[in-house]
Order: sequence, then C-alpha cells, then structure tokens
Amino acid sequence: MHAYANPTRFLAIAKPLTPWLLGVGLLLLLGGAWAGLALVPGDYKQGETARILYVHVPSAWLGMGGWTSLAVAGLVQLVWRHPLAGIAARAIAVPGMLFTALCLATGSIWGKPTWGTWWEWDGRMTSMLVLLFLYAGFIALTGGDEGQKQGGTLSRGAAVYALVGAINIPIINRSVVWWNSLHQGPSITVRGSSIDGALLWPLGLTLLGFSLLFGAIVLMRMRRIIADNRVAARLRRLADDEN
Amino acid sequence: MKAKHQRLILALVALAGVAGAGVLGASALRDEAAYFRTPQEIRAGKAVVGEPMRLGGMVAAGSIERQADGVTIRFVATDGKASVPVQFTGIVPDLFAEESGMVADGRMRADGTFVADRILAKHDERYMPPQMGEMPKGLAKAAPQG
Repeated sequence: MHAYANPTRFLAIAKPLTPWLLGVGLLLLLGGAWAGLALVPGDYKQGETARILYVHVPSAWLGMGGWTSLAVAGLVQLVWRHPLAGIAARAIAVPGMLFTALCLATGSIWGKPTWGTWWEWDGRMTSMLVLLFLYAGFIALTGGDEGQKQGGTLSRGAAVYALVGAINIPIINRSVVWWNSLHQGPSITVRGSSIDGALLWPLGLTLLGFSLLFGAIVLMRMRRIIADNRVAARLRRLADDEN
Repeated sequence: MKAKHQRLILALVALAGVAGAGVLGASALRDEAAYFRTPQEIRAGKAVVGEPMRLGGMVAAGSIERQADGVTIRFVATDGKASVPVQFTGIVPDLFAEESGMVADGRMRADGTFVADRILAKHDERYMPPQMGEMPKGLAKAAPQG
C-alpha cells in the first residue's frame, strides 16, 4: 500500500489507466442507456417513466459511494498521513457532488409524473439534499488557495469533516426503512432484487459504466492536483534561487 | 505505541462516538421524521381533529367512489390493520389506483373522515415487464424471465 502512495508510482499507473476507464466506461454507459431506452419493456405500472432509473440509481450510488471513499481517504490521511489520500479526497468531491445533484434532479423529474410532486421533504430526499450540502461544504473547505497551502492534500479539519459527514451515508440508506417515506423501499438488497431480470440487466451496464467514468474523472483530477503542486513547488524553488 | 497507531485508535473511537450519536439522533427522530401517519396510528389517537397532517396507506380494493359532482372521490385508506375513509376533491396522479399506495395532505374531520387537499401516489419497489404485472402475484414470481 505504501508503494502506491508515492505520487510518481501512482502516476505511472494512473496515466495509462485513465483512457481505459474512460473508454470502457463510456461504451458500457452508452450500451446500457440504449438497452434501457430501446430494448427492454417499460414497467408494468409506471410505463416508460421508470426508464429514468438507469440514470437515477447509478447517480445515487456514486453520490453515496463518492462520500464513502472520500471519508476513507480522510481517515487514511488523518492516520497514515499519506498525501495521496488527501489528494484523492479532493479529487472525489466535485464528481461526487455532481452525481448527487444528478440523482436529485432525475429523482425530481421522476417524481412529478409518478408521485405527482417535484419535491417533498421525506426522509430519503432530505438526507440526499444534506449530502449535496456536505459536498458543497467540503469543496468550500478544501478549494481555492487552501489546497495549495496544504500541498494538494487535506487539512486536519477537512479530514475530520469528511469522517463526520460519513454518518449521513447509512442514514440515506436506511431512511426508507426507518421512517415512513414517499420514496419506495430498497429494490436491490442482499436478499435479491425486486426489479425483474428483464428490466434489471441494463442497470448493471449503466452502473458499471458510470462507476468507471467516475474513476476516470477522479484519476484525471488527481493527476491535475499533483501537476499543480509540482508547478507550485518549482515556482517556489525558482523564487528562492533568485533571492 | 507508535504515533500512527495512536491516531488510528483515536480516529476509530471518535468515529464510533459520532456513529453512536447519529444512531441515537436518528432513532429519536423515528417518530418525528415520518413523512406520513398510518391508519393504525390514527386509530391509536395520534391525529388531532382539524390539524394539518399527512395520511399514508393503500387504497382499499373496490373502495373508490366518484361523487355526483364528478370531481370528488371517496375511498378507504388502509394499512392492513386499520382503515380511514378519505374524501378528496381534485385531480389525482395517474398512478393513483385501488390496491396501490397513496399519501394525502389534509385534516381529520370530527366524523372520522380524512379530508384531503392533495393526493400523491406512492409506488412500491417492484419493477417488471407489463405482461408479468397483469398476472396474479404468485404467478408473476414463478414466471420464467426474459
């Protein structure tokens, strides 16, 4: 694990991996979207409307998965002081927030024709909105000059914030079980799926496709942060030489 | 003990503390964060006549009656253990149907009828092709896929 915490070694792997993740991710995503829109039948009750789940579910998964990895990165940064972990956390925040926003937007668009409302303050929706705000707070806390000051990694405060925010993830997950909610219960659990196999398989494609795309974005952003740090370090050296 | 281990233990203890606080908070909210009340809760006396509230339940089979004015409906909301008659004037969502979930905004009237100002449809977590949805529940489960 220590070996990959070295930025040079990380770059040697990340650079060739990025186009593969991006390419395969996009292919799976397009295939899954086409299958979901054109190949499989609509839902018995909701008809064509339910097809939005092929975007909504992966968005929710990545919004929540994003914060989970961000919190793990925060822990690694806090305990082992691996600078790469902090860089990863900063790289995850923006795509994580984007997918959370996409989840809320597609959910709202789905809610209007099925439930009859764009937005309700039920447990699932409210806790997901809290996740969006947590991302915004994290980005504000670690963005701008702050990242440069920390050498691209996280301040202790930001790492603690990442860990504390993780408490929201199980709350989102359990919100439809603990509380009466407008949002239906979980379809996919350890006991199986209540989405019929005929409708389920394109979801596997888009889920994997969006996840690979997410990975590619994170790697690109990590490389960019590392490059920024190197530029900053070189400029500092140059300035020192002149003095 | 190395500093690294000390930090790990500290972080894990803090994390456990935060998680514990979160669980306590969530369970304290169990009642308050509910989006709606069930017919059973209303029978247990949790509804105050005339106060705004939400009622959620299944629309009982065969219970929807359209009134003479053409825009008012009456139906029975049930959770399997208790049921409440509901009256609503207006347009319901497309998915509003008998033996399907709904959530109504409104208030209890003294005679025990829930008068709704707005009705939302709730759907369950099952998704399947139309042909399977038309089969009886047990059959749909046993039907071959694809």
